[in-house]
Amino acid sequence: MGFLDISNVTKTYGNVEVLHRVDISVQEGEFLVLVGPSGCGKSTLLNMIAGLEGITSGDISINGRVVNGVHPSKRNIAMVFQSYALYPNMTVAQNMTFGLEMHGVPKPERDKALADVAKLLQIENLLDRKPGQLSGGQRQRVAMGRALVRDPDVFLFDEPLSNLDAKLRVDMRTEIKRLHENLKTTIVYVTHDQIEAMTLSTRIAVMYQGYVQQLGTPKEIYDKPANVYVATFMGSPAMNVVKAKVAMREGAPHALVTGHDGTDHALRFSQDNLAEWDGREILLGIRPEAITDPDGADRNSNNIVPITNRIEVIEPSGADTFVTMKLGGRDVIARMRADADVATGRDFTFAVNMEKAVAFDPATELRIQP
Amino acid sequence: MAAVTQDTAIRTGRITRTFIYLVLVLFALFYLLPLYVMVANSLKPLGEITGGNMMALPGTWTIEPWLAAWSTAQIGVEPTGLKPYFLNSILMVVPAVAISTVLGALNGYVLTKWRFPGDNILFGLMLFSCFIPFQIVLIPMATILGKMGLAGSIPGLVLVHVVYGIGFTTLYYRNYYAAFPTELVRAAMIDGAGFFRIFWRILLPVSGPITVVSVIWQFTNIWNDFLFGASFGGQSQPMTVALNNLVQSSTGVKEYNVHFAGAILAALPTLLVYVVAGRYFVRGLMAGSVKG
Repeated sequence: MGFLDISNVTKTYGNVEVLHRVDISVQEGEFLVLVGPSGCGKSTLLNMIAGLEGITSGDISINGRVVNGVHPSKRNIAMVFQSYALYPNMTVAQNMTFGLEMHGVPKPERDKALADVAKLLQIENLLDRKPGQLSGGQRQRVAMGRALVRDPDVFLFDEPLSNLDAKLRVDMRTEIKRLHENLKTTIVYVTHDQIEAMTLSTRIAVMYQGYVQQLGTPKEIYDKPANVYVATFMGSPAMNVVKAKVAMREGAPHALVTGHDGTDHALRFSQDNLAEWDGREILLGIRPEAITDPDGADRNSNNIVPITNRIEVIEPSGADTFVTMKLGGRDVIARMRADADVATGRDFTFAVNMEKAVAFDPATELRIQP
Repeated sequence: MAAVTQDTAIRTGRITRTFIYLVLVLFALFYLLPLYVMVANSLKPLGEITGGNMMALPGTWTIEPWLAAWSTAQIGVEPTGLKPYFLNSILMVVPAVAISTVLGALNGYVLTKWRFPGDNILFGLMLFSCFIPFQIVLIPMATILGKMGLAGSIPGLVLVHVVYGIGFTTLYYRNYYAAFPTELVRAAMIDGAGFFRIFWRILLPVSGPITVVSVIWQFTNIWNDFLFGASFGGQSQPMTVALNNLVQSSTGVKEYNVHFAGAILAALPTLLVYVVAGRYFVRGLMAGSVKG
């Protein structure tokens, strides 16, 4: 039993099932991020936790109490909306204390809670303004303040940063993270941005087509993706997934992938269990940062395989240079140091860190467990 | 080359604009002409109208016709002036406008923020009431008013106008609230506000523009209504019916100056509402469509 338990929850609209038997258990103080593309059901799940949408079957319990059918205001939750949903006719102070007022908290207590939160978020000078007079970042703070004032069991965030410009988004992300580390609150956070998911969460649920594809810590999700979908959704640029054939060389399993000119390159696996797949096709997953120039390769890795291949495209991004080449008939992106000596159309020796490589079953697209 | 073109553009612009303003001023004068005739003739003795030029300014200025129209003119068989009927109209219009506007706002709130199966069909049916001609419902309405014991009374007229107005006010508020973010309502629900509290504290404070539209529309329509007033007014006829009785009386001398004064008196309240709130009327009509 966790602090927030979602057990066997489904949601159907008419005959369409949009959430299929979701099971997630969140411990007190955890930061769970629900991440996935539009229409994957993440916002629906959040609204069900909030009580804004009904539960078709299954149970949601908060702090040991099943809340199916309990009114949103009686679940002891607070929510931060994508549009902030600040009441336009009220001042910041009235916005933040509206919930307390509705719950019958006496004025002196309301004022104290307001003062504490305003100080925490550094919005004391904004309290008398109307939402229309605030900038995007300030509105965001007020929306969080309104949630914090309630001191709820669970905070729900519905894509709170998606309306901010790129720079402000990064700043607010850090701020939310700091807030969580200081207050140790339980948070469920919905986003479609996998970077937000990685940076903020203590655990991530990757959702797609109404299923939780994988539930785990950011590191588990990133290094051991459950399937091809999770592997390619998390990380930017996406993980390279190419067709490969397993072959035994010198007693160890190797992945054979074809280069730009049709010759096979043999990449030795670090996982010995892939010997069972000798002679069969697999999907080989390698993250861009695991393919580098030889000088930039990970020194702690025991399995760096050099391969020579033709450079097709070079994309400098300032901090890194992304290099595209062809492996197994697909474009494969490698992440080089900014000053790597590369040129379009030249043959280049790439260093592939096979310790970080993963293999997927091409039939089920599930990761082959080591 | 460019300078020459610009210069010509400005000059033609100036000529065109002068022409446009000229035409607009002419049209404005043309439309103001009836008002001028009414005001000018209401301020002269009857002899000046029957003996002379309708367009001339009064030779002798007098407010006698106004006083007569207000308190002594013959309305039907009683020499009461328009005063009691004016009061009837006020007693009818104020509650009818208030009730239909409040109900329209509540309907709009429910139809957009508390959606239920079949809500769009219900809204469509309510809209239908905007297109029903008054004459069709006269007889069934009379039957119902009679059964309710409201026939020939002001509450009866209020009921009739509320029923007729609710389609329009619902349309206004529904479209206005459709552009109002639902997330705000959800936030208020989580904050613990109930159905009426959300309406009162969150939606109503931002409903100013559409309320102006609804009030002006309802006020004008109900004040100017003649058919329902004549059919169901009974002993408490509104201003419009009284004005008709004043102007259409077939015995005695036609007191045109008194008729003009009475007609202006009957039109004054709607004029006043437009002058005070007209600015917001256009703004409110636009609001629902532009936001979103």
